[in-house]
Amino acid sequence: MAQNPKIVTRRKGSAEQTALAEFNFSKSDLPRLSDEHLRAYHWSAWETSTTLPFPTLRDDPWRRTDIRGLNTELFRPAEFSRELPKPPTGLLDPVTTGSERAGQVISGMTEPQRWLDEDAAAQGVVFMDFHEAEEQHPDLLNRLLGQIVSPAEDKFTALAAAMASDGVVLYVPKNVIVEKPLQSLYWGAGENQAFFNHLVVWLEEGAQATFVHESASPKGSGEAQILHDGIVEIYVGRNARLNFVELQSWGDNVWSFTRERARVMGDGALEWIFGAMGTHLTKNFSDIDLVEAGAQGRMSGFYFASGRQHLDHDTQQNHMAPNTTSDLLYKGALMDHSRSVWQGMIYVAPGALGTDGYQANRNLILSKGARADSIPGLEILADDVRCTHGATVGKIDESLLFYLLSRGIPRKDAEQLIVMGFFTPIMERIPFEGVRNRFLDAIQEKMGQD
Amino acid sequence: MSELTIKDLYVSIEDKQIIKGLNLTIRQGEVHAIMGPNGTGKSTLAYTIMGHPSYEITEGDILIDGQSILGMKPDERSRAGLFLAFQYPVSISGVTVANFLRTAINARRRHAEPPQEDISILEFRKLLKSKMDLLEMDYAFGGRYLNEGFSGGEKKRTEVLQMAVLEPAFAIMDETDSGLDIDAIRIVSEGVNAIKGPKMGVMVITHYQRILNYIQPDFVHIMYNGKIVESGSRDLALQLEENGYDWVREKYGEPELVN
Repeated sequence: MAQNPKIVTRRKGSAEQTALAEFNFSKSDLPRLSDEHLRAYHWSAWETSTTLPFPTLRDDPWRRTDIRGLNTELFRPAEFSRELPKPPTGLLDPVTTGSERAGQVISGMTEPQRWLDEDAAAQGVVFMDFHEAEEQHPDLLNRLLGQIVSPAEDKFTALAAAMASDGVVLYVPKNVIVEKPLQSLYWGAGENQAFFNHLVVWLEEGAQATFVHESASPKGSGEAQILHDGIVEIYVGRNARLNFVELQSWGDNVWSFTRERARVMGDGALEWIFGAMGTHLTKNFSDIDLVEAGAQGRMSGFYFASGRQHLDHDTQQNHMAPNTTSDLLYKGALMDHSRSVWQGMIYVAPGALGTDGYQANRNLILSKGARADSIPGLEILADDVRCTHGATVGKIDESLLFYLLSRGIPRKDAEQLIVMGFFTPIMERIPFEGVRNRFLDAIQEKMGQD
Repeated sequence: MSELTIKDLYVSIEDKQIIKGLNLTIRQGEVHAIMGPNGTGKSTLAYTIMGHPSYEITEGDILIDGQSILGMKPDERSRAGLFLAFQYPVSISGVTVANFLRTAINARRRHAEPPQEDISILEFRKLLKSKMDLLEMDYAFGGRYLNEGFSGGEKKRTEVLQMAVLEPAFAIMDETDSGLDIDAIRIVSEGVNAIKGPKMGVMVITHYQRILNYIQPDFVHIMYNGKIVESGSRDLALQLEENGYDWVREKYGEPELVN
């Protein structure tokens, strides 16, 4: 039988026709580092970033998030300028009422500030930005960087690993307990600037800490964009306890790409709280790996979108060992023409007996034009496990509104009250009044606008 | 003295006529009982007075002191002095009774002429506690989410608490006794008695007369087939208890069936 030549025709899809142009960064934009190992980490990540393509709508995790509007060619690595707005003092307030904190790091488009409680420092706690860590603890940084998140995960991750000169490392040695919260603020400002940052939170066996990290920038104006590209790596050692509160109130001109992963060891516990109010577009990956027996992870998320915001959160609860527990609750409200995507997966590895996994995503749609996609998923390869999930997208019940109206509460206030109530179960998981109030104020501000 | 007047009222829902020419006047300080068999439009009347959007008024008027309230939204009607104690109060997750009531009080203050400042937390706590004392309610109610996990009796007591805090000129109680055992009816009624006075007109809508053993009405009206067919004193209620509604049906005919 004669072999006919195979004719392959290739039609360009729309995604390819408008493929994003490469960023205008170069190797000379990489942080200048004296430590050769650190330099190698950044350089290798840079090489990786140049070989990886931009994700497109054809890549499964990106199916619902179109990034073709990103002005890749215009971004420059952020350079400090005194002309740009400074962080408002409210952001620098302690998030706990009345009490102090054990340390604070402020970085980004501001004069860096860092300090740590003397007691904690004396016990070997390290809490500082990368610039300081590169000078004082290059070996520690070398040991921790890239252990949890591989730069090769995707283009944005590689780029963040390569470019991040702003970063924070929190290291708590074995059995050291930091009672007061540690706080960091990452501040971005300036159009067409790119902000790369990298958090490393490492708790050795038996250690305990509470860490509040906030990213913020001024409200956006005009068409110009800001790029935020970040990595968060978390390690919770055996019997260690970490409370990690992460908030973003980026301006509405920010496009944010973040890759976050926590590894929890035997009988360790992670309480991870996450709040999103800002950005024009967010694509966030948050994974929790429970790698030894008895590891626990609880993830609580809230988001409130308005205008044309697009917030995409991708979560993964990986049960890799027996008797591990995970509990995820994400709640969001959406106004105007905003859109949210939540895609969650509970994975139970073969042999991870006695797993208890839970995930729920609840969405409240406040305007006709808003939309929430909620996609739970289970992949269970072990017996004797208990995994449950739930996803809902709903509107405010008119009968609730009528009830509140009948008490003299105007419609707008009634809606606000119902939304506040909707978020209460998540708010109750946040141990800081300052954080709760900031979020509630943001809701009020968004809902107060016509 | 204020006066709530319902004048030749016709109400339909989804093109079905429910109320067909109803007249009633309630003055502050008076207690009126509206009794009638099921499906005769009693709850429709309550919702219509409060301004529920599903009910369409095709004819007639509802007035407070001669001013029509038909153009007013439910929240405006509430601030004008109306209150509806719901037959089935909804629960609002995550919103405490105290927070909800404070929001309701502040809505009144902000819309007052001239606008008043919000009530201080301290002043509000004092007010809420004094009303809870009056109704012999546990202070813990204030911290519970509104009606979430409440028993039937607790829900109705919470309605009365709201009534006590908001001090309406006219309170409509829509089958407050339904689903309650006799002890709960007594407790809720005692609450109503504790707060009603010369400044509150009350409309007690009920199927059974037993709640009227506790809340003594000045007037009893029988509502049947969308209008008030008999009005009288307390004796009328006792007559209904003895003889049921059959004589009403006989006297005024079976309602027309609407298909």
